[in-house]
Amino acid sequence: MLKDIFAKKKKYATIPSEHDKNDVPEGILTKCPKCKKIIYTKEIYKNKKVCLQCGYHHPMNAAERIECLADEGSFKEFNHHLTSENPLDFPDYLEKVEKDKKKTGLNEAVVTGTCEIDGHEAVLAIMDSTFRMGSMGSVVGEKIAEAVRTAEERGLPFIIFTASGGARMQEGVLSLMQMAKTSTALKRFSDKGDLIISMMTHPTTGGVSASFASLGDYNFAEPGALIGFAGRRIIEQTIREKLPEDFQTAEFLMEHGQLDQVISRLEMKEKLSVLLSLHKKGGESW
Amino acid sequence: MNELEFEKPLNQLREKINELKAFTADSEVDLSEEISKLEERLIRLEADIYSNIKPWDRVQLARHPERPTALEYIEELFEDFMEMHGDRLYGDDHAIVGGIASYKGKPVTVIGHQRGKDTKENIKRNFGMPHPEGYRKALRLMKQAEKFKRPIICFIDTKGAYPGKAAEERGQSEAIARNLFEMAGLTVPVVCIVIGEGGSGGALALGVGNHLHMLENSTYSVISPEGAASILWKDAGLAKQAAESMKITAPDLKEMGIIDEIIPEVKGGAHRDVKTQAKSIDEVLLSSLKELSALDEESLVDQRYKKFQSIGEFTKEHV
Repeated sequence: MLKDIFAKKKKYATIPSEHDKNDVPEGILTKCPKCKKIIYTKEIYKNKKVCLQCGYHHPMNAAERIECLADEGSFKEFNHHLTSENPLDFPDYLEKVEKDKKKTGLNEAVVTGTCEIDGHEAVLAIMDSTFRMGSMGSVVGEKIAEAVRTAEERGLPFIIFTASGGARMQEGVLSLMQMAKTSTALKRFSDKGDLIISMMTHPTTGGVSASFASLGDYNFAEPGALIGFAGRRIIEQTIREKLPEDFQTAEFLMEHGQLDQVISRLEMKEKLSVLLSLHKKGGESW
Repeated sequence: MNELEFEKPLNQLREKINELKAFTADSEVDLSEEISKLEERLIRLEADIYSNIKPWDRVQLARHPERPTALEYIEELFEDFMEMHGDRLYGDDHAIVGGIASYKGKPVTVIGHQRGKDTKENIKRNFGMPHPEGYRKALRLMKQAEKFKRPIICFIDTKGAYPGKAAEERGQSEAIARNLFEMAGLTVPVVCIVIGEGGSGGALALGVGNHLHMLENSTYSVISPEGAASILWKDAGLAKQAAESMKITAPDLKEMGIIDEIIPEVKGGAHRDVKTQAKSIDEVLLSSLKELSALDEESLVDQRYKKFQSIGEFTKEHV
């Protein structure tokens, strides 16, 4: 009968395998981990890697940050040649560093240099969490301290984008001391009346959050960024309490007095530009 | 609009004029002569009432729910205002706002008490009554202004520091005291303007400036009239009398030499016209900043020191 042609197909319950769930075609489409919406990767990139649906900030590497922040062609890098040693003879450490160098094209977990932002010259340091989770060892410490010293010499503002799991375990106490090394450099710089802007991005934790990330004249963060000293699991195990969902997010820190503003990536360049213009040196009096 | 007691006769007259106007428009009878007579009377009555505002009426104006708040003046007076949050210690108090902005093309730090204009905002802003973290945020921003050598402008508008348990636990007294102490040493110009209520220590914690100005219908006092009445006469209902005797209005403070300028208000109070009100604040603010920016760091601290050392009335007995 004719009716049979249109008969409904029997419905089978389909259970997507774990593999299928994550099987969004690489490169063309990107699934937002927050709202689960699948959007053309190109669209997200055009929107500074911010989800068009829910505003989720996809992670950015150093090169992407520079591209969406610095005026075109204005970035001049420092110290691309510094490279880690293995001070504690930690097994496999240098191999891991070497692997990340190949993977990222970076020499270490931070990129430093000068740039212009809407014509305002500044020293920029951008941490990259794709290199050893942005962890801070001797090279990261030296590159940041050197960038601060350069800003001091040239009387330029210092802007740092942090993204780090904290100290680099494989460099032991040398890594711990980078907290003091960067902080002493910043103190001297600040006492000369120069400007420090810290922009905390996902994640900023441990020794990095407990040193330069928190030492800005202005401390900002990207929406949703995880920021904190001790890890969530450690705290839960220590105090034997379940922590609130939003614990250690940028919004949580804002509410607790630790941040000046939470700034969306879409407004970031504009806001930094206004802030830099309000800190221009010189100018006549009233 | 909330009607104020002393404005009632004016409103009644205005209503009558409007009624007559409507009547004339609808009917053949021409009442324009009566209307113009009444309008003349209105002008005379306005002049009479507004030049004779009693202290208690000023209290009502200073507390008017529609009175412009710090953020409204900031919007009118400055450009590129970027609000900065948090005391870096405990929290972000929405009863105090602060940040940096551009004034006539130059950077300044602006801080102010912030009331809400409706119930929802008032709850968020705790009715403009700060906790210690509000004062600590203000101090943090003042220290920052000092580092970058930019002037500080404070808008004062609070019933007082919040009298609560948490505020005491976190050191309300210490936070206020610290601000008085540290403001005394700031090496940049500090201009303070009372725009509404200047309620006691909670107001003074933003008030140790080189220049102190008051809007014509604002108040500044050691305690609210209600509080004074209940302490002095054990009856908060006698607030009106207390307002008269406590000398809390701008003309009173000017006479005592505590404030520098009375900033005139638009007729009927600042809430009638924020833009015009902002303009008269602008004039006084600019001349203050011009005068103070001629002083070097040491002279600024010295001027502030002398200003506050000279306050107090007493006689020295000759022995």
